[in-house]
Amino acid sequence: MKKIYVKEEYCMGCRLCEIHCLVAHSKSKKIIKAYKEEFPRVLPRLIVEEKGPISFALQCRHCEEAPCIEACLTGAMGRDKKSGAVTCDEDRCVGCWMCIMVCPFGVILRDEREKKVATKCDLCPDEDIPVCVAKCPNEALVYEEE
Amino acid sequence: MNRIFPRIPSGCSVAGILNENGKRMSGNRIIRSISVMHERANGLGGGFAGYGIYPRHKDDYSFHLMYDDEEAKRNTEDHLKESFEIVEEEIIPTRPVEEVTQRPLLWRYFLQVKPEIKKLYYDLTENDIVVKIVMHINARIRGAFVVSSGKNMGVFKGVGFPEDIAKFYRIEEYEAYLWTAHGRFPTNTPGWWGGAHPFGLLDWTLVHNGEISSYGINKRYLEGFGYQLMLQTDSEAVLYLFDLLLRRHGLPIEMVCRILAAPFWSEIERMPEETRRVMEAIRMVYGSALINGPSSLIIGYSRGMLGLNDRVKLRPLMAARKGETFYLASEECGIREVCPRPDEIWSPAAGEPAIGELKEGLS
Amino acid sequence: MRMSLLAPEFRVIRDEEKCIQCEVCVRQCAFEVHSYDLEEGKVASDDSRCVGCHRCATLCPTQALTIIRYPQEFRRNANWPEQVIKDIFKQSETGGVLLSGMGSDKDYPIYWDHLLLDASQVTNPSIDPLREPMELRTFLGRKPDRLKIETKKGKPRLKTEIAPQLKVEVPILFSAMSYGAISYNVSLALAQAARTMNTFCNTGEGGLHRDLYRFGGNTIVQVASGRFGVHPDYLNAAAAIEIKIGQGAKPGIGGHLPGEKVSQSISETRMIPEGTDALSPAPHHDIYSIEDLSQLIYALKEATCYKKPIMVKIAAVHNSSAIASGMVRAGADIIALDGFRGGTGAAPTRIRDNVGIPIELALAAVDSRLRAEGIRNQASIIAGGGIRNSSDVVKAIALGADAVYIGTAALIAVGCHMCQKCYTGKCNWGIATQDPYLVKRINPDIATERLVNLLRAWSLEIKEMLGGMGINAIESLRGNRLRLRGIDLTETELKLLEVKPAGESL
Repeated sequence: MKKIYVKEEYCMGCRLCEIHCLVAHSKSKKIIKAYKEEFPRVLPRLIVEEKGPISFALQCRHCEEAPCIEACLTGAMGRDKKSGAVTCDEDRCVGCWMCIMVCPFGVILRDEREKKVATKCDLCPDEDIPVCVAKCPNEALVYEEE
Repeated sequence: MNRIFPRIPSGCSVAGILNENGKRMSGNRIIRSISVMHERANGLGGGFAGYGIYPRHKDDYSFHLMYDDEEAKRNTEDHLKESFEIVEEEIIPTRPVEEVTQRPLLWRYFLQVKPEIKKLYYDLTENDIVVKIVMHINARIRGAFVVSSGKNMGVFKGVGFPEDIAKFYRIEEYEAYLWTAHGRFPTNTPGWWGGAHPFGLLDWTLVHNGEISSYGINKRYLEGFGYQLMLQTDSEAVLYLFDLLLRRHGLPIEMVCRILAAPFWSEIERMPEETRRVMEAIRMVYGSALINGPSSLIIGYSRGMLGLNDRVKLRPLMAARKGETFYLASEECGIREVCPRPDEIWSPAAGEPAIGELKEGLS
Repeated sequence: MRMSLLAPEFRVIRDEEKCIQCEVCVRQCAFEVHSYDLEEGKVASDDSRCVGCHRCATLCPTQALTIIRYPQEFRRNANWPEQVIKDIFKQSETGGVLLSGMGSDKDYPIYWDHLLLDASQVTNPSIDPLREPMELRTFLGRKPDRLKIETKKGKPRLKTEIAPQLKVEVPILFSAMSYGAISYNVSLALAQAARTMNTFCNTGEGGLHRDLYRFGGNTIVQVASGRFGVHPDYLNAAAAIEIKIGQGAKPGIGGHLPGEKVSQSISETRMIPEGTDALSPAPHHDIYSIEDLSQLIYALKEATCYKKPIMVKIAAVHNSSAIASGMVRAGADIIALDGFRGGTGAAPTRIRDNVGIPIELALAAVDSRLRAEGIRNQASIIAGGGIRNSSDVVKAIALGADAVYIGTAALIAVGCHMCQKCYTGKCNWGIATQDPYLVKRINPDIATERLVNLLRAWSLEIKEMLGGMGINAIESLRGNRLRLRGIDLTETELKLLEVKPAGESL
């Protein structure tokens, strides 16, 4: 399956990936509205790691053997048959955070705006290319077959 | 004639007939060949070159001169006398033709380079000395113009349709083994006789249909070798390039054609190794001699004639052969008019020279 | 801290309705113009730090930022315009030489813009480059005046040996930009683009990074007065060697790479201790005359077994034509002329703006001089320093250049916004910097593609212009000044350029 890979040598830590991820998962999908009118704000589904000049965006690796799926009590965490992506069915999620405990990459986030749910990268199912990749100004993120 | 002449782009007709056995023929055939292409000229220039026309003076340089006035004639003759013995001189015979007006004084000289001049310029060939003098007269002597300067040949040209020029110069009375002719369609009115074709230098003559887009660099390149392009015409540049490359650089004639109408790199890359190296070197070294832009031309020289198109064939040229006679013309009709059933007739490809020469041993 | 008299150069206008406080601008500006005020929860900008590089405005996801010239007006004074006053403020505050990056921005005449090209109509046909071959291939190097060719059994054989040549498929080379002045990633991109387009890049005086030796076949290495990074492998790795005598942006001046920029990698490449200033002297201290140049040329030829063309680069100065003639006779195979609008990483502003002459005039003079002396075939000419687009290239070739060098245009292609702050080492575009935070901003793959695109676009345009002139090989344009016309030039200028005025026919 196609996954997002990072070329950290070209990541300049601008965090546009984060910004556009948030917008893509907002209600309006309009950047100014998403930031200025939609409260509480949705969370970006990725994190940007930084230490000194090194930085990179990290999002769910969509592991082949995903510990989060194993650990999920309710079966909310599952695999999309078609795309192979690991996704979280927020209706079934009870916010027990087991997935967060077991994720080796720390890329599952807590969304506590309403009902507590786990939230994570869904590879932007409605887009050809995940927006973080498409919007990276330096092509430090690529979307490729393994 | 020492004005700086405007450069005049022109369309034209060209024709040439060569007997490869050196048998001489009257001017009638070349007149018919060029006249049938009347449409390609506009009456502002016509001319002929004949080779073998002066058998009695075959070892003398024959100079055809145009003079604006007698003063120019006197000055020129003074200059000629410094370097040459004048073996014979006479007026070039003409007859009045209604269409041909404003003729200059026309004179011809049969000349030998003086021995002391040869001694003085011991490092130059006789031909080099002649070229130097021709350049001097054309560039420096007001009102004088050397039309041709080879041995046993001459150029007859002027302002008018070629058939009228032929009548004027009584071309039918001359006998030559090689004739070339030109009908001119300049795009403005020069009204100047020297600007008509053929152009002559030594025994090289050129009739040319074309406009050279690379003229600016061809000219500067030639100037680097001491040529003075007074007429500002494309054809003058082509003629000097032939002189430089063939005579002074001693390159084989096929190679000269490859310089003037260089093959494309894509074609060169497909050539066998050794040839490719030669062609690459030619384009590298002689790039400034590439004649770029539409042209078809006929070069006449003592041994024969050569027809050549530009590298993409933007102007017409046909070649034919019948027995011992080799024909070139802008259009097929120019050949068929005088040779209705040639043994072979073809359209030389872009940059492919069509060459006819006297048989070995003839001169 | 004492008060500075200098007003800001730019004003940052932030559209508060659009700003989402995402802080991209904060993270992108190495000059620290933008900052996030935690208390206010808002991003604010400090105009006085802005250099006008547009990095923030370009990356702002909501186009909330506009950078304008600072609108403060001095009282109008033709004798004392704003820049003059500001320069005095600056020098009285620092006591130092004014520095600038990039080429001169002064309003001197640009002769390219006073030259017009010809096109064919009726009497000779124009050629359609989309349908017919159009040749730009050029060989740079010493050529013999004539060839000896023998024909054996109908096959021609070359009897003349041809000196080594640089073969380019597009007559545009990347001019000298040293590793140190520019980042590794930009050097890499230039090398990759040169290889893709069959042309050459130039190391400048900074040596050749070990990892770039693989691009040696498309690299010209420079030997400058500092001799940084010069050793036998370096010379032999290259396609050609360029002796740098001068640079258009700072004729008569050496170079200075501040120690802060001399990282470990640069120190290795330049063969100097880490953290030390790299100072190249104004002259080569082994070249005090033309015969000394000849010795260096032949020393380099010996060192490389006469297998590589040796180039000599000079700044365009008043006497360029005589100097160039001397260079050719001293053995230079290619001469590079760098006009006074040429770029630089750092130059004293007064030098940059007041020394040298425009490339157009120098090129015309040198080409004419070499022709007059009958030695034009013996060396190729590369013109640089102010080539901005494909029509400049065409005009340069018509004036007599064999090829051109582009530096600034190449940097603009990879993102340079001409803020002229190269010498600060804080280039926000990741070009003229060694800061590990900033160099990452150039992704060499993207930069390579942009450079390739630029050369491709220009070569298409050059072909269009050639075709319009009815010419299908670049050599028919080279030195063909009849296809140029001058507009709005004085008679003297026309004479110097040897072009006719517009309106005058063939």
